[in-house]
Amino acid sequence: AHIGVGISGQEGMQAVLSSDYSFAQFRFLQRLLLVHGRWSYLRMCKFLRYFFYKNFTFTFVHFWFAFFCGFSAQTVYDEWFITLYNLVYTALPVLGMSLFDQDVNDVWSFQQPQLYVPGQLNLYFSKKAFFKCALHSCYSSMVLFFIPYAAMHDTVRGDGKDVADYQSFALLTQTCLLFAVTIQLCLEMSYWTAVNTFFVLGSLVMYFAVTFTMYSNGMFLMSPSAFPFIGTARNSLNQPNIWLTILLTSILCVLPVVTYRFLFIQLCPTINDKIMFKVRQAKASPAPPPRRTRIRRTSSRRSGYAFSHAQGYGDLVTSGRFLRRPALSRSSGLTNAGRTTTGFSPMGRSAGYSPTGRPQNAKVSDVEVTSLQMYRTITDPSL
Amino acid sequence: MVKEEKEIANRPDNTAFTQQRLPAWQPMLSAGIVIPGFVLIGLAFIGIGVALFVTSRSITVLEIDYTGIEKDSPCYKCSDSDAKNCVCNLVFSIDSLFEGPVFFYYGLSNYFQNYRKYAASRDDEQLSGDLDAFTAPSDSCSPYNYNSNDKPIVPCGAIANSMFNDTFVLYRVVNGAKQLVPLDGKGIAWWTDYNVKFRNPSVTPLKNAFNNTVKPIFWPKPAYQLDTSDPANNGFINQDFLVWMRRAALPDFRKLYRRITDGDYAKGLPAGNYSLTIAYNYPVVSFDGRKKVVFSNVSWMGGKNEFLGIAYLVVGSLCVLMSMVMLIVYAKFKFPEED
Repeated sequence: AHIGVGISGQEGMQAVLSSDYSFAQFRFLQRLLLVHGRWSYLRMCKFLRYFFYKNFTFTFVHFWFAFFCGFSAQTVYDEWFITLYNLVYTALPVLGMSLFDQDVNDVWSFQQPQLYVPGQLNLYFSKKAFFKCALHSCYSSMVLFFIPYAAMHDTVRGDGKDVADYQSFALLTQTCLLFAVTIQLCLEMSYWTAVNTFFVLGSLVMYFAVTFTMYSNGMFLMSPSAFPFIGTARNSLNQPNIWLTILLTSILCVLPVVTYRFLFIQLCPTINDKIMFKVRQAKASPAPPPRRTRIRRTSSRRSGYAFSHAQGYGDLVTSGRFLRRPALSRSSGLTNAGRTTTGFSPMGRSAGYSPTGRPQNAKVSDVEVTSLQMYRTITDPSL
Repeated sequence: MVKEEKEIANRPDNTAFTQQRLPAWQPMLSAGIVIPGFVLIGLAFIGIGVALFVTSRSITVLEIDYTGIEKDSPCYKCSDSDAKNCVCNLVFSIDSLFEGPVFFYYGLSNYFQNYRKYAASRDDEQLSGDLDAFTAPSDSCSPYNYNSNDKPIVPCGAIANSMFNDTFVLYRVVNGAKQLVPLDGKGIAWWTDYNVKFRNPSVTPLKNAFNNTVKPIFWPKPAYQLDTSDPANNGFINQDFLVWMRRAALPDFRKLYRRITDGDYAKGLPAGNYSLTIAYNYPVVSFDGRKKVVFSNVSWMGGKNEFLGIAYLVVGSLCVLMSMVMLIVYAKFKFPEED
């Protein structure tokens, strides 16, 4: 089993304490599985895929750079960027996606339980999905290194001064990387709340704010060896060819993904795609809410033995009486309780059965097989 | 009733945040967004690509390799490692006016300024004028921090030690006579490097700050004699030194040496014959490196770089092509609406 579910009720807290999830009524199980379980699986898989993607891309760029730096393990990026990449620049957006993401809302999840099937078939994150993610990272890292490399080769600023130096190149590649992974995250997110949008845009703004601060005069004068990148942002980010390189790199990283996904949606749509399409159409022209008649559960509760913390119905259960229908001619002391769903009382009285009633006989031939309706109701003045 | 209050107290919040009902935008990759988007991006990229390509085409570049490995090269005699203070003469001609302002670069190939240990071998505290770092250079500079007599080297490190020291004088040959072309060496480094990052120690005369230190091993003259004629170009703020210390990202690079902007040459280099006298001091043959001089003019996109224009054109055309493909696929295979 993947999770353990306990029902909290009058039988004590043992089940609750030893289970992963617990709730009070069995009907909540539907919501747990079809809504929360499904969303949780979706979020977890998106998170894992994206997290691997962004870190693999970040790392593979160094692999390509190794060919051009004498295999000396020189980092392409600024050391501060490497420190802050996973800590500040890409932490909150991923967190936002894995907390808030939904593909369809809970009402639709209930109506379309076949959405649960991808989770059962392990479709969203498997060895195949991981391999595809690694391949995507490989492609992205090639784009993220070789396009800046070719664009900066033997190039200078608009006033003739240097722009192909290591620090400008580092700034260029790290900005390209951040834009590319952020746009990829935007493609993965399918539920844009205000919080998510704030996280994504805020992280980008944070990147520029922190970068400009660290490359400023003030920080350099405080500690020259810790902030050697002084002046780099000011001198290279005002060059049009730098921004054009960033634009080209980020778009080239992302467009194949968009194409691939679009073609897949058209050629082999998954359950999710079809239902999201339906949702969209329904939003455009809302259908009347389906009238579901209340299913009268007259016979679903065979026994109330779990709902009592008085003496309990243990002997009733072992007697087997509730499984046998009494003969219809019995008259005394029995009322035909036509329904048992309302008037639920944890004291066990609602079943119409009193634990203090008649002696339990293992073999009473005049009890019918089915319901509890045949038992005597006791009017208890104390209630 | 106690039971009701208990139930209400245990009930979870019914807010949009806790019940995950926050209002949200749910975009989908629908045909109405993707296909026009691709067309737009494709057309925009093609436009940018054309602009970049045309601009790049209008930039003129003249590169002359002077390593001297080939026997028929004018600098062949200098490429011998035993030759000291060798001077060689390069003659070249320009067909039409080389539009100004003309920038004069020296270029090196197979030279890994981005090698990790080389790149770390500098002391930024020393270079910002901190006198404490003069007496005790940082360990990152080793083995170029103390000389064999345990005297501190200023400026320490491999980057400073390997400073490029070829010098060039350009003449225009007019009717057999050589006319000197004035080369301007001011303002070739970044403003922030010159004014903030590198500072001379505030000791006058500058020479006194370098007492009890020695110059880097490969240097002919110490740092306070880099340009004795101009105190604003002497010491650590010497422009050539600053340009060299801004280490390159890739193994083939070029660095700005001078600008040709003065006098008769303000409009550029006129057509004709030119002669470049090179004081060949810098050895590169031992590691298969190459040296070259580059004359180039610039535009809004910098130096000549055809890659960016071509890349934009290619990506733009691919986008337009893909949008056609996607349109065809969408028209034929619209996914069925039944569940």
